[in-house]
Amino acid sequence: MEAENCHCMQRFVPVDDLRPLEEIVNKYRGDKSAVISIFHELHETYGYLDEKIMEELARRAGYQLSQLYGLATFYTQFRLEPVGEHIIKICHGTACHVRNAQGLIDEAERTLGIRPGQTSPDRKFTLETVNCVGTCALAPVVVVDGKYHGRMTPSKMQKLLKQYTEKGGTGEDED
Amino acid sequence: MRIDSPAALERYCEEVKEKKAKYPYRVSVCGGTGCQAFNCLEVYEALVESIKENDLEEEVELKLTGCHGFCEMGPLMYFQPMGTFYAKVDPKDVNDIVVATILQEGEVEKYLYRDPVSGEKIHHREEIPFYKKQVRLLLGINHLIRPQVIDDYLALDGYKALAKVLFEMTPEEVIEAVERAGLRGRGGAGFPTARKWRICREAPSPDGIKYIICNADEGDPGAYMDRSLLEGNPHAVIEGMAIGAYAIGACEGYVYVRHEYPLALRNLLVALDQAREMNLLGKDIMGSGFDFDIKVAVGGGAFVCGEETALIASIEGKRGMPRPRPPYPAVKGLWGRPTNINNVETWENVPLIIRMGPEKFAEIGTENSKGTKIFSLVGKINNTGLVEVPMGITLREIIYDIGGGIPGNKAFKAVQTGGPSGGCIPAEHLDIQVDFESLQGIGSMMGSGGMIVMDENTCMVDIAKYFMKFLCEESCGKCVPCRVGTKRMLEILTKICDGEGTPEDLEALEVLAADIKAASLCALGGTAPNPVLTTLRYFRHEYEEHIYNKKCPAGVCPALITIKIDPEKCNGCGACAKVCPVNAISGEKKQPHVVDPELCIRCKVCMDRCRQEAIYAE
Amino acid sequence: MKSVSITIDGKAVEVPADYTILQAAREAGISIPTLCHDERLEPFGACRVCVVKVEGARALLPACATPVSEGMRIWTDLEEVRRARRTVIELLLSDHPNDCMVCERSGSCELQDLAYEYGVREPRFQGERHTYEVLDDNPLIERDYNKCIVCGRCVRICREVQGVGVYDFINRGFDAIPGTPYGRSLPETPCEFCGQCVSTCPTGALVSIPYKGKGRAWQVTKVRTTCPYCGCGCQVDLHVRDGKVVGASSPVMVGPGQGNLCVKGRYGYEFIHHPDRLTRPMVRKGGELVEVSWDEALDEVAGRLKEIMEENGPDSVAFLCSARCTNEENYLLQKLARAVVGTNNVDHCARL
Repeated sequence: MEAENCHCMQRFVPVDDLRPLEEIVNKYRGDKSAVISIFHELHETYGYLDEKIMEELARRAGYQLSQLYGLATFYTQFRLEPVGEHIIKICHGTACHVRNAQGLIDEAERTLGIRPGQTSPDRKFTLETVNCVGTCALAPVVVVDGKYHGRMTPSKMQKLLKQYTEKGGTGEDED
Repeated sequence: MRIDSPAALERYCEEVKEKKAKYPYRVSVCGGTGCQAFNCLEVYEALVESIKENDLEEEVELKLTGCHGFCEMGPLMYFQPMGTFYAKVDPKDVNDIVVATILQEGEVEKYLYRDPVSGEKIHHREEIPFYKKQVRLLLGINHLIRPQVIDDYLALDGYKALAKVLFEMTPEEVIEAVERAGLRGRGGAGFPTARKWRICREAPSPDGIKYIICNADEGDPGAYMDRSLLEGNPHAVIEGMAIGAYAIGACEGYVYVRHEYPLALRNLLVALDQAREMNLLGKDIMGSGFDFDIKVAVGGGAFVCGEETALIASIEGKRGMPRPRPPYPAVKGLWGRPTNINNVETWENVPLIIRMGPEKFAEIGTENSKGTKIFSLVGKINNTGLVEVPMGITLREIIYDIGGGIPGNKAFKAVQTGGPSGGCIPAEHLDIQVDFESLQGIGSMMGSGGMIVMDENTCMVDIAKYFMKFLCEESCGKCVPCRVGTKRMLEILTKICDGEGTPEDLEALEVLAADIKAASLCALGGTAPNPVLTTLRYFRHEYEEHIYNKKCPAGVCPALITIKIDPEKCNGCGACAKVCPVNAISGEKKQPHVVDPELCIRCKVCMDRCRQEAIYAE
Repeated sequence: MKSVSITIDGKAVEVPADYTILQAAREAGISIPTLCHDERLEPFGACRVCVVKVEGARALLPACATPVSEGMRIWTDLEEVRRARRTVIELLLSDHPNDCMVCERSGSCELQDLAYEYGVREPRFQGERHTYEVLDDNPLIERDYNKCIVCGRCVRICREVQGVGVYDFINRGFDAIPGTPYGRSLPETPCEFCGQCVSTCPTGALVSIPYKGKGRAWQVTKVRTTCPYCGCGCQVDLHVRDGKVVGASSPVMVGPGQGNLCVKGRYGYEFIHHPDRLTRPMVRKGGELVEVSWDEALDEVAGRLKEIMEENGPDSVAFLCSARCTNEENYLLQKLARAVVGTNNVDHCARL
């Protein structure tokens, strides 16, 4: 499910191609309040909010760069760095917490060597925690590249991550 | 088809009903986000296939709908008129189910719901204890509605409440009706909705423009009722907002939706287009002369944007930092105009009140809390799901009768309500009535409706730390008590969990809690200490155990536990040693293994790996 | 404006209906501490040291941002109010370097004054402190965010008053801090170096490099003057120590500038004590500049002008005057041009 969220960097437009930016700016022209929607579209297009893209947005749509940067660092959904090939989201809602989501986070940190919010230096993994994905019946939940893995335990997490770290990083065998 | 009068709406609704009456059967599959994670879409595809194969297309009305509530048991299938309910359906058996249930007029026993206590199979949905005690005024029609099909809503007399309001009632009469119904805001604090509307209606606007907003930025972790409502029945929100706009005198509305809710967003956008196309939204609605339209604003991931002034700042394209009130948004809100904000559940109650009549609505509930409330019942509970109950029901009824109690014969410890602003309620208060005042009276609050159940293996200090960490990360950073105060409280709680707490720390927590409550700018900071205060009030002994005896009684805090292997139970399979990330477990094959406490990092990976349940924390 | 009757600390006062509690209190002679407040800016309500008790309100309310209303009963000095303020000050100090000894702003620091007033030596709550690099990426403004209390005055003055927007808040929660986008140096931003952010900063987080270490509040005498740079007439307080100008500021809400200055008005005083500064008239004689008396210099100028006019007519001469002269001086110069010399060739540097 959620095929559009599947991994592979190719889905993103390179940041030196400014045509999509121009289209997005035109779509929201005249609506200064639309900046969060613009960010979401830029995010979907380029994968993250690149510094150059932000500068161009400021220039073309008449924002102050400081304001854009302030917004991008306030809202947690926006990334300022390119994401890894695989995005691992660990739900840390209350229902997941009481079912040991912290154990999953610890396990992921140990295996991947990165902390939530970080991307591995080889750009293979981005680890994130989310406040609640709303599938509390499956708690605790891990979402890898859009695919839900419910009722997780630290040892299942170990196994799941192994599929990505060992088999050429595709994790495809189970699909 | 444009509706240009109430009569035209009436005619159209009747036509739709007639069309639906032709089908003898209806099969509804829950397509909420929870069930989608259980692959319900495959179940639905199999169902479509099966209906085609069995040549039942003329006989069966198929519905992929919003949330049915019983998330624990997904994917769900519900057959009508038989009332047969199947749980945890595997797509490969769908055809068998269709054949058995419709063609052979029987059932597939394997997928019937079994009562976990008696082991008895239950044939009809309404007999399932989970559903039996609920009063599902809002959620009860979800299984009849395909969210992207407006006809399904119209077949249930949708938008007739709006027609009635626009053609038969004055704005003041609408507000009076909401007042008589006793509706209070479902977003948390329970402010009387009619009073809020009236303030906004009477507030002068510099250019006559007023706004209404639907707050769908449901941020409480562990709460998802607004998402399910918006996902499952977006037209009810639109109808409610249109009625509110008429009462207040607003011409434009916004729905502020979390970006994390893509399905809700998609369904809402489709519903808005359909409503506009049919003249149920936009200029001169149904020929009444009343203009009202709705825009959608998407959030960027900030819990604080549930706060009204922060939400407004966010719609205006700014950082979601709250501003001091007064002036209240009802007087000076979005773009400086009078603005009324209610959450999704509140708006959905509005057409209901008009449809069923305010007096009838007010019959449900208690003296001061009317109607129903939806809770997401999650955590250490057998029946995870969304439950809609009449106000005044007891916590015990929700947790034990509807929720089916605690899994694994564990002891109940607490139930957390009100999200990060709420509190943890101990067993001694299980018989309290669920209403706005009672919950506040014991230090918690109704909140938006998260209800997280905790058992003996939940550490209450760890829970307090969890919420404090959440709030510390979600604090906007504007005011000092919240920005620095929550950080300092988190540090103290961390210290206690790490076994380094001192008796003075409890005092410091209490001082900080009181002053953060008194001096914070917005409700996020003002209620941030609640989880700490309620756990200190009801579970102080757990704090003291951590501080004086350096023990975590629930076996949660890593620094205060030891992982041990029971030599009686261990069969020496070696699985634990294999998964241990620090090689702290050793032992001969087929001999009991031991954990080296010096090396062990208490990650518990071995514990859940052990099939013999020989490993325990102490 | 309609007026309303309120009581503050039991004292009945009548104030205009658009007043805030802070304005009303100040008018009644009751002092309420502030940190994020600056009269040049919109109320913000962030620091919470101005909280007061308003009867009927659930929590304490910020005096700076709360409008008065008829019949309001306000208490500014209750134990619960003082206690909350004290905790706020302690929380701020728990993430603040305790280095007043060497701080440029010692003696004029609003946080220091509050710590003194509330007797906070060591905050009760200790924990993580931020460690930021001190930024001196330009010759005028130094930024030391270790001392920042995140009141946002720099962010707001740059946006609300200057309309430039160099800063915004960055991050959120405990890590929220004002700053430039992507941590850029000030020269990489649209910064005009007016130093308005320095002027509003309540602590030593933003300081003027040229005036650093030259004298603290109690060591200087402020001399009020009018800014010499343009005709606006902004009021400037020159900070004088041992007969030397070691700083400049502008009194808030006074004169046409209302406490605001531009880069020249704030920093353009190096020339006063500069060794290259001309202090006597000079005339070039035989290729060499030679010091002469004023009379000799003026005779020289008048004589040469006369020569040129006689040869080529009055329109061969033009007069350029300066924004640094007063209106009266500028008037006299054009009078000289038109009435004495007989030309309309008069212009002004502000047009260039």
